[in-house]
Amino acid sequence: MKAKITVMPKRTVLDPQGKTVLQALESLGFKGLQEVRIGKFIEVELKGGNKAALQKKIDEACRKLLSNPVIEDYEFTIK
Amino acid sequence: MKFGILQFPGSNCDQDAYHVCANVLGQSARYIWHKESALGDVDCVVVPGGFSYGDYLRTGAIARFSPAMQAVAKHAQAGGLVIGICNGFQILCEAHLLPGALIRNKRLQFICDWVRLRVESTGSPFTNACQPGQILRIPIAHGEGCYFAEPAVIKELQREDRILLRYVDNPNGSVDNIAGICNAGRNVYGLMPHPERASEAVLGSEDGRLIFESILRSVVAA
Repeated sequence: MKAKITVMPKRTVLDPQGKTVLQALESLGFKGLQEVRIGKFIEVELKGGNKAALQKKIDEACRKLLSNPVIEDYEFTIK
Repeated sequence: MKFGILQFPGSNCDQDAYHVCANVLGQSARYIWHKESALGDVDCVVVPGGFSYGDYLRTGAIARFSPAMQAVAKHAQAGGLVIGICNGFQILCEAHLLPGALIRNKRLQFICDWVRLRVESTGSPFTNACQPGQILRIPIAHGEGCYFAEPAVIKELQREDRILLRYVDNPNGSVDNIAGICNAGRNVYGLMPHPERASEAVLGSEDGRLIFESILRSVVAA
């Protein structure tokens, strides 16, 4: 089983990387782009076990370490 | 008085901080390795600048969980003084000893430059040797120095007079020009500028020494 975690800057937080990449894409001629936001993608290999317990564990890992709730939101899937 | 200077893998301002505490101020100072779980009888902990744990994941995110930082949290809860400089400020925010977070500079560059800072409050153990409104010339050196907190937190910091230092010319996009804040108990202080790099005339400015002298003054007076 594998947890796939996406961590994104909150909407209220400046994302200068995203802005700069948007400008670069536009200068390359990509049209119709509205916004780019850049976050992180994290994969965690799991040894297996009860799905509900794993959900709880990964959620805790996201809150405690993998994201900073002050500036980031996270979501994940376990498959 | 006794200073304790934390050392993480990747700290690189620890020796500068030690030099100021021991040689410029003439006080007792010792290093505290990140694996130590007791701080001993130090009066003030310095969490120095650098790139603790390579800034992996987020600046300060890994350092927060080191045994030494658990001891720092206890020291802070007991009213002991803690000053976090640059990466130290980032670590204190990650450890929730200070509110908010430091994010990537607005214009993305790593900025290494002299800045002017205004002392906004002298009512703290870290600024009591300054004059209200005094302008300090101290260098910054960071890529993630843009202070961010939700508006409600910023209002609380303003209302409680916890913004101790502001940039005169905001270099990094920090909310409300914030360069340094303290906790509600006023015994934990974080700032992005490097006072330890500006504590002797030979380095171009002695203004940073006022921060260390404030600490000394408050400990000796206590």
